[in-house]
This record gives sequence, C-alpha cells and structure tokens, in this order.
Amino acid sequence: MGIYEEIASNKRRSFFLIFFFFGMVILLGLVIGLYYGSELFGIIFSLFIGFIYFLFSWYGGAGTILAMTKAKEATKPKYTHLINTVEGLSIAAGLPKPPKVYVIEDSALNAFATGRDPEHSSVTVTTGLLEKMNRLELEGVIAHELSHIKNFDIRVMLLASVMVGLTVLLSDFLLRSFLWGRRDRENNGVTIVLILVGFALAILAPIVGEIIKLSLSRKREYLADASGALLTRYPKGLADALRKIQNDPDPLVDHANKATAHLFISTPFRKTKSSFTKNLFSTHPPIEDRIKRLESM
Amino acid sequence: MVSSWIIGIIVVVVLLIIYIYNSLIKLRMRVNNAWSQIDVQLKRRFDLIPNLISTVKGYMKHEKGVLEEVTKARASLVTGSMQQKAKASNQITDALKSIFAVAESYPQLKANENFKMLQEELSGTESKIAYARQFYNDSVMLFNEALQVFPKNIFAKLFGFKEREFFSTKGKERENVKVEF
Repeated sequence: MGIYEEIASNKRRSFFLIFFFFGMVILLGLVIGLYYGSELFGIIFSLFIGFIYFLFSWYGGAGTILAMTKAKEATKPKYTHLINTVEGLSIAAGLPKPPKVYVIEDSALNAFATGRDPEHSSVTVTTGLLEKMNRLELEGVIAHELSHIKNFDIRVMLLASVMVGLTVLLSDFLLRSFLWGRRDRENNGVTIVLILVGFALAILAPIVGEIIKLSLSRKREYLADASGALLTRYPKGLADALRKIQNDPDPLVDHANKATAHLFISTPFRKTKSSFTKNLFSTHPPIEDRIKRLESM
Repeated sequence: MVSSWIIGIIVVVVLLIIYIYNSLIKLRMRVNNAWSQIDVQLKRRFDLIPNLISTVKGYMKHEKGVLEEVTKARASLVTGSMQQKAKASNQITDALKSIFAVAESYPQLKANENFKMLQEELSGTESKIAYARQFYNDSVMLFNEALQVFPKNIFAKLFGFKEREFFSTKGKERENVKVEF
C-alpha cells in the first residue's frame, strides 16, 4: 500500500472511530437516561458531555500531553542539530511545514509525535536520546515520528484517546449512579435488568475501547518504521536506534504514564515478561520483531 | 432505451476524464511545490556562504584557492536552467567540503563560535537540499509515470502535460564516460 492510500485509510479509520464511539456514547446515555427516568435527558446529557470533552481534547489534547510529559520547546543554538534534522526530514516527507520540536529532560531513550494534523503537530525527544544516538540513528527515530505525523496516525491516536477517556468518564458516572443513586425507586424486574445491563456495559465499554486503541497503536508502529525508512533511505539507522533502545537499562520515562504510553517510539515502562494478556494490552509490538523487519528491507 | 445507455456511458467517461485531469494536476502541483523547496534551501545556502567566507578569511590566509572556488560556484547558482543549478549546487557542495576539511588543521578557527554555528547551519542546509532533491525526484517520478500509463497518457497528451526533469544527483557521476584507445 502506498503512502497516500495509507493516509486515506487512516482518515477512514478516524471516521470509523468517531462513529463507533458516538454509538457508544449514545448507548451509555440511553442507559443513564433509563436509570434516571428520561431517555432523552440521558442521551442529551452524555452527548453534551461528549461534545465538551471532545472540543477540549481536540484543541488542547496535544498541549496537555506535552505539559504532562514536561516537554520544553527546543531552541537554537543548543538544539540546532535536532531542529535541522527535523526540518530536513520534514522536507523529505513533503510535510506542509515542519512540526514543532520539544525536548524532555530525561536519560531514557524515547521519542513521540502528537497533534491533530500535520499543520498542528510536534515531535518530542528525550535528552538521553540526543546524547546516545549518532546522527544516522537520530535521523531514523525522527523519520519514524514524522511518518506518524504524515500518515495522520497522530490524529487517529488522539481521537482514540479522547474516545476512550470519554467512555471511561461516562461509564464511571453510570457506575456511581448505581452505587450511590436514589434508593427510593421501586425495585421491579425492569430496573434490575437495566442495572445489570448497565453494569456490564459500564465495565466492558472502556475495556473494549482500550483494546481497539492499543491494536491500532501496534499496527501503526510497523507502518511508521517502514515509511520512516523510506524517508532516510537507510533502514539500518532506525534498526540500530531500536537496538540501543532495547538495550537501554533504564527505559522508564519519569513523566510517562498509561495515558501517554502509546505515543512513544517504544514502551516507556520497565520490561516485563510477555504473555497473551500482555500482548493484548501492550502499546507496542516487540522490538526484536521491528528490528527484524527493518533489517530485511 | 438505447439513448439512456449512451447518456450513461458519456457521463461515466466525462467523470473519468475529470478524475484523471485532477489527479494529474495534483501530481504536477506536488512537483512544483517540491521544486520550490529545493530553491528555498539553495537560496538559504547562498545567503550563508558570504558569512562563512568572511569568518574564515582571517584564519585561512594560505587557502585562497578554496575560498575563491566557493565564491565562483556561488555566483553561478543565481541564474540558469535546472540542470545548471544542479551542477552549480554540486560544485558548492564539493567546495564547502574542502573548506571544512581544510578547517580541520586550524584549531583556532575550529574553536570560533561563529564558525561552529555556520558549520552546523551549512551542513543542516546541505542535508535539507539532499532531502528536498529526494522528495522532488520522487514527485517527478510519480508524475512522469502517470503521464505514461494507459489510459492517462492519452489525456495527458490531450491536455498538454509535459514530463519533468529530474534534479540530477552528482554532476560527476552523470558525465559521459570517455573511452580512450
């Protein structure tokens, strides 16, 4: 699949995501409404919350992420080389303008890209990465991140995070209503069934959302590796960088958490043994696999 | 019945032509855009070179030849066709390489803050030119390919689309090989 087909399919994916979670929000709203005795109220309520939440995240999400990871904008002359590398590869990628460049003061080797589209995007690297990578490896990493931007992966991931956050919020509200809600209503059969269905929904919706988000994230990594290699014309650069990252004894990024983990080029947590559930919930495909694919290019 | 079939076919053909035309326009715009990216970077390097010369001049008294070479190549960059620009650009690249190679033996120059900054900027611009060229040549390849495949080639000729030149890589590699007996 060419890069332009990829972008088109990512835009479809974004649309599908919005559509899917829109349905989820309405469903949760319906259950909330049924519980409080007015379906219309429930749906309007959850759509309203959803709309506000969406606006905040769409326009402020990237800024929040940067603030959460304590990223600071890179400036010349200290980071001239980094800024030049990002600008050069942006030209190679044909981006309308280079993304903003940020730096996290952290000895871990990591990087991420975020934003809602290529015009409003940013690339962030840790100072550890700048110190330990040579020029070719740094180019490999930056090219990988720029591919996320060019392919609109950043938008898919931003939307996915927004949607998961929203379903968690609404499910939480629903569960709290059940636990602390009005007791004066009569406990007939319908209410009990409703409560059971609501419970199941409230517990399952965030999990399903999370699994969708993570499987999207894993697929994007292979693609960004491949299209990044197309930019530098040197897959070995990224392969070497990934190997360095893999052998890094301290992969923990201090200010990374579960909410931002899927953004990074490699998992920002300590390694644990892999298992099925671990794979289902991991944000990244195994690094050895990514290196192998790069080296066979 | 027959007439509605004919109308249907005409509509499909017209839609197809519109689609092909638009896709060719898009590709051509990308080529133009890519070319202007190269031009921007060439201009940037053009502007940086006088600064470099004036910084370096004081230190490199015995290397007049290298400096003159850069100045000469820089002058030939302003005008000319794409191929001439490509050639001049390659000459500057080589001349700059030799300046920086010579600078290695001038420790005072190497310690100069201004020189360090210029070196970083110029090597950054140098790789930006390489990337811009890569993007341009990719775009040209896609465009030229579209002009040649059927059925686009028919309409491309009809609408007067012309193939574009590649921005040649290394001037030296491109020269014809002289065979001597």
